[in-house]
Amino acid sequence: MADTNSIGMSEPLTDLEPRVGLVKLVRWESGLVIVLIACIICGALTFKYFFTPQTIFFSGLDIGEIAMMALPMTFIIITGEIDLSVASMLGLSASTLGYLFLHGWNIWPAMIVCLIVGALAGAFNGMLVTRFGLPSIAVTIGTLSLYRGIASIILGTNTAVGFPLSTLKLSLPIGKSEIAYDFAIFIVMSIAFGVVLHLTSFGRSLYAIGLQKETAYFSGIQVNRIKFRLYILSGVVCAFAGILYTYQEASANNSTGIGLELNVVAIALLGGVSIFGGRGTIIGVVLAACIMAVLTTWLTDIDVSGEVQSIIVGGLLLLSVLVPNAKDGFGRIRAVLRRRSAVSP
Amino acid sequence: MGEAVSQGINEEAAGAVPHPPVDPKPLLVVEHATKSFGAVRALNDVSIELLRGEAHALLGENGAGKSTLVKILAGVYQPDGGSIYLDGARVQLTSPAAARDAGVSVIYQEPTLFPDLTVAENIFMGRQPLKSGRRIDRSKMMKVANDAFTRLGVHIEASRVARGLSVADQQIVEIAKSISFNAQVIIMDEPTAALTEVEVERLFDVVKTLRSQGAAVMYVSHRLQEVFDICQRVTILRDGAFVKTSLTADTNIDEVIRSMVGRDVVAATSTGGDATGENVLEVERLTREGIFTDISFNVRAGEIVALAGLVGAGRTEVARGIFGIDRVDAGSVKVGGKKLKNASPISAMNAGVGFVPEDRRQQGLVMEMAIDRNVALASLRGLSRFGFVRKASERKLAYDWSTRLSLKYGRLSNTVTTLSGGNQQKVVLAKWLARRPRLLIIDEPTRGIDIGTKAEVHRLLTELVSQGVAVLMISSEMPEVLQISDRILVLCEGRLIDEFSREDANENAIMRAATGFARVTAS
Amino acid sequence: MSQNLDEVAPTLSVGAAGPKTPLILKLVRFREFAILFALIVVFAATSIKNTSFASSSSIQGLLSGPAVIILIAVGETLVIITRNVDLTVGSVLGLSAYLVGDLYVHYPHTPVIVALLFGTVVGAVCGVVTGVIVAYARVPSLAVTLGLLYIIRGVVAVIVNAVQINATSLPTGFINVGANNFIGIPIMMWVAIVVVAVVGYAMRNFRAAREMYAIGSNPEAAVLAGIRVQRRIFGAFVTSGALAGLAGALWLAEFATVGSTAGTGYELDAVAAAVVGGVAIFGGSGTVLGAALGALFLNTINQALVAAGVSSFWDEAVAGLLLVLAIAFDRYLIVRSERILRVEGRERGRH
Repeated sequence: MADTNSIGMSEPLTDLEPRVGLVKLVRWESGLVIVLIACIICGALTFKYFFTPQTIFFSGLDIGEIAMMALPMTFIIITGEIDLSVASMLGLSASTLGYLFLHGWNIWPAMIVCLIVGALAGAFNGMLVTRFGLPSIAVTIGTLSLYRGIASIILGTNTAVGFPLSTLKLSLPIGKSEIAYDFAIFIVMSIAFGVVLHLTSFGRSLYAIGLQKETAYFSGIQVNRIKFRLYILSGVVCAFAGILYTYQEASANNSTGIGLELNVVAIALLGGVSIFGGRGTIIGVVLAACIMAVLTTWLTDIDVSGEVQSIIVGGLLLLSVLVPNAKDGFGRIRAVLRRRSAVSP
Repeated sequence: MGEAVSQGINEEAAGAVPHPPVDPKPLLVVEHATKSFGAVRALNDVSIELLRGEAHALLGENGAGKSTLVKILAGVYQPDGGSIYLDGARVQLTSPAAARDAGVSVIYQEPTLFPDLTVAENIFMGRQPLKSGRRIDRSKMMKVANDAFTRLGVHIEASRVARGLSVADQQIVEIAKSISFNAQVIIMDEPTAALTEVEVERLFDVVKTLRSQGAAVMYVSHRLQEVFDICQRVTILRDGAFVKTSLTADTNIDEVIRSMVGRDVVAATSTGGDATGENVLEVERLTREGIFTDISFNVRAGEIVALAGLVGAGRTEVARGIFGIDRVDAGSVKVGGKKLKNASPISAMNAGVGFVPEDRRQQGLVMEMAIDRNVALASLRGLSRFGFVRKASERKLAYDWSTRLSLKYGRLSNTVTTLSGGNQQKVVLAKWLARRPRLLIIDEPTRGIDIGTKAEVHRLLTELVSQGVAVLMISSEMPEVLQISDRILVLCEGRLIDEFSREDANENAIMRAATGFARVTAS
Repeated sequence: MSQNLDEVAPTLSVGAAGPKTPLILKLVRFREFAILFALIVVFAATSIKNTSFASSSSIQGLLSGPAVIILIAVGETLVIITRNVDLTVGSVLGLSAYLVGDLYVHYPHTPVIVALLFGTVVGAVCGVVTGVIVAYARVPSLAVTLGLLYIIRGVVAVIVNAVQINATSLPTGFINVGANNFIGIPIMMWVAIVVVAVVGYAMRNFRAAREMYAIGSNPEAAVLAGIRVQRRIFGAFVTSGALAGLAGALWLAEFATVGSTAGTGYELDAVAAAVVGGVAIFGGSGTVLGAALGALFLNTINQALVAAGVSSFWDEAVAGLLLVLAIAFDRYLIVRSERILRVEGRERGRH
């Protein structure tokens, strides 16, 4: 923490820390843009069908649901919490949809029920974190299992197929190309989320909660109520993603979406959202999602296996946390060396 | 000079705790210390010396360089120039560990213990006594720890977990830690800020014991009365430079203040507020199980009511109960005649109440947020249209209030970490005043603030009430309470003991009430 | 996270209770006994419903099943105590299992001990990489271990198809480690017991280990106290990796085959076992014995459900619910014990 003198200026802790947080953030997004452009260029260069409608369509398809779930996740991480049960809520919604469909329900009311189930699951998470004050990282690991388990119980070993795919338009024509519908939905959602986060007082209060919860509360921000609502939002969005995912896979079974939660967190972190809370932008998350989409498409096109793609994603994630800290790290090493050499007998 | 001082210390000690004759040769000498941070010179050619067995106060306003000097002695910073001698030998305090090994120990305002570990382990972390095979010898550790406490004359169980210890006890543990390091120079940074009177007395006894064992205690504090009670000498810094060192016996508080500030400080005058205004706050039989009972009082528009009492009397808790931060078990709070229903800050705020909390870093400010955003934090709804924040209005609000409060800052978009303590407090005040409250509750308005800003805050409060605002002030600083309050309510152990008007308030009577004795009303 | 003295779980190490500690605080401190008690209750209740649950083969299954998870949970405990998390352990287990199998394919006469050691070293190397990044580059462990999880999992998935490993590739000596008993208790469990005993003893009696607790309890104070924080955190990750590596070797001995999904999800199981076992998620307190018992408990519940005739679909839901309950219970204990300590403190302050 910076010390001060009577003039009111700060003593820099290291001369490497940028003074204004905004500058740091803009640097991050710019970096992401560069990476995105690089990926697109690589893709275009190595694969001549890169800009065809099919490619753009499928690249969005894979990442759409995960990216959607990353939006409420971003809000939650900014307030200093986390929700690791997102993939399980997606699976729960898919299971519910499958179950209802197998029992002859009409698809529209079934979808509404799924959304309600998602809201309830989110509310349970929210209650555990706000009403009972339990640490979100531990408790959502618990609900991760719990919801996955309930999904298993509901659907058993059945696999539901034969959903009326025609009820949902699969793609959105944009000019000559077609963007997968779920990615398009993601873009629309991210605009809404972005506007809320950066332009409204609600968004402002999220940052305050993440940076200094007590002060936020003392300033009249209803911390618990906001967090509770964020968890419900996460539940609803995950349920919605579950519906879309089911449509995409054209089937639902009890292992739908296993393991995706870490992908969701990865997109948020890659997008510059700090795991400590209080920092992050929606633009960053969108850029990160685009990078993931383009990257995985390109790699698949040049016949890189899913496993190797996983390595690359992991590497990207590592870099995304290492690079901002690297400068500090080098500065620290330099400072230690300087001090060591200054101590002369 | 050294001899006269040591003679003075010996004479003072006579009749008190007996100790070996004070060595006239100084224990710690700092010569021509200089330290700059970028373009800012925090310390400029400062020299100070400490004698064995003395308690030596280091005084100065915020920004005078006290904390920089302390951090240099603690090994946290390295001086750009100058040298440090311990016991005649030159030392390089290159790190906190090196400083500790050299025998210099700092007790910070907020003790940093390990809550999950036992007291004994806290004292010996990293140096636990070992038995065969490099295993920790727990029984020896407990014994040495308990011995240290006995030597200090305190009762703390070494085998208990550190979590739950009062601040005062934590400090004692820190002091025990210093002793276990054979510290010869013990620096205490604002040690009594959160202590009850009983605990302050205990601390003073501990200081005397330390002195009698030949250690030198450097006492950094804003509480001048305490300084004069416990210290033999004072050194005053101003704007990073050394002003003077005097024997406390040879000077007085006013002189010291003048040296610290470089000018005569004008104290706030009487409130001049219209204290016959209507009741803004009516508290009736407010009770919180085990914390405070049956608290009833009013605050009228235009008056400053102080809640006085010892630390632990429940004053902050009452304020938190009024503002809705904590639930109360019984009683009611009315603001402007209307009862406050749901216990939450927002309903109090909607009724026109503002709350400047005790802990500005954790409760009053979002340290890593910009100044203007902090000022706007409680006014977001008013600054938004359809939920969207109007950034221009936000800026203007921050700018207006910063100017009105004479805030010293670089840019409004800088984070509040760039401000001094006094200026940080102004930001918190700005945040609440921006809402134009009709009742301002303010808890320890000038804690940890330099004299100049202190006076500004007092002036501000008196200005407020002259405009018809009601102020409920919690303060542990008697001069402040006596200077600006219209009425003084005294709490003791959760009960309202007595009430004083401006005319019949005096320090003794208040102190008696604070320890539980109301005035006997003449029959 | 600035440290408020009132925030983290009270220490659970035995012997930290003062002379006048109320019962509820003692309960907090003896979490290990509480789990053992719960374990016995579950065992008894299930045996009543299904007597074959108490048969020797069933008990052996109960004891050998969690051995692998116990090892990982022990390593994870050390990392959690320092206020970090290691999400790589599942992937490291898979990597180690594969490499040990690969070793046997190329050197079929490798002694069992060497194979186990090799697995441990593989894990330790992964731990070194993780440790260097988290401790010395000072990057948040959740993000780093998440990235490494992807990388290692990917690596395993790629190389696993290169060489086919199954029971015929492994010598009987090795497979026996996974299958046989030694005086009635499965060998794998013995390994777990020895590890828990050794690590548990070290955690209580050596300075380096106590410093790990200090780091998790109050990171700023740890720095001020001159603790070599980086070194300790590094050590925690190396240990965690090594134990995951050992667990991988044992896993291979038990299942005698390796697929690309070996160990997937084990990292969250390890965290769950530790939390149920009383290790505070924010560090500073908890014991490896507790984590081991937590792993045993969770595993027993799973088997008990099967034995009691509940369909296996309920497994996960029950496990999740238990974890939530354990966390809620911990929180309840903290709140109550704080209230008691605060009242005590107030009483004393008056005198």
